[in-house]
Amino acid sequence: MTVTHVVFFLMAAFTVGASLLVVLAKNIVHCAIALVFAFFGVAALFVLLDAEFLAAAQVLLYVGGITILLLFAIMLTSRISAGGVKIMNEQVGISAVVVLAIVGLLAYANLKGFPALVPPLTMADNTASIGKLLLTTYVLPFEVVSLLLLAAMVGAIILARREREKD
Amino acid sequence: MVPLSYYLILSVILFGIGMFGALTRRNAVGILMALELMFNAVNLNFVAFSRYLPQALMQGQIFAIFVITVAAAEAAVGLAIVLGLYRNFQTINVDEINLMKW
Repeated sequence: MTVTHVVFFLMAAFTVGASLLVVLAKNIVHCAIALVFAFFGVAALFVLLDAEFLAAAQVLLYVGGITILLLFAIMLTSRISAGGVKIMNEQVGISAVVVLAIVGLLAYANLKGFPALVPPLTMADNTASIGKLLLTTYVLPFEVVSLLLLAAMVGAIILARREREKD
Repeated sequence: MVPLSYYLILSVILFGIGMFGALTRRNAVGILMALELMFNAVNLNFVAFSRYLPQALMQGQIFAIFVITVAAAEAAVGLAIVLGLYRNFQTINVDEINLMKW
């Protein structure tokens, strides 16, 4: 039981707890707040895996961007303090069965199927090598994904725009 | 270091939680949140493999970056659709939006 183990289990429990809160909490604003904590937990696990750049991107994009977007959507659409409203549809039972089956199957395959991999001890400088790869080997996907972002931005503006009055 | 399978099992658990949320939530924004959880689980998987495979080639982390980008695009378009739904139906409960359901 090293320090890494302790940190891993702490962060894992934290992330799973926050995720459960996201799925099960009654108030949708509480769900959004819990989602922030789940994202932070995953970012901490990224740091534990020597992926500092991804951890920073996770905090910037998910915590700073997507959660704010979700909160805006919540404020614009739902009546927040709707007490006694059902939050789940009537598929809860069957969904739980399906999810437990899939989780059990994947965990079983994971325990049976993988050889124990020993990680390489030294890693290259994380951010520098990611930057190099993105602009050499992966430059085509990089450009395609920027085009995708542009298309998504234009699409979101057009979808969210109020339609003009027809006169 | 922690064995790889710990990360994989944590990732499976997170994915299961997200899947349960996506299947059972009535609020469309709640469904989007559950989707984000599933994206995070997959990213964790990619990064764990990228760290533990012997070549240390970083493909996993590059792929995780692309997943994050596409997730951001998906969230923007999804929330715009939610706003459009609310404007037309005055509700975002997905089981009440059944106009085109047979």
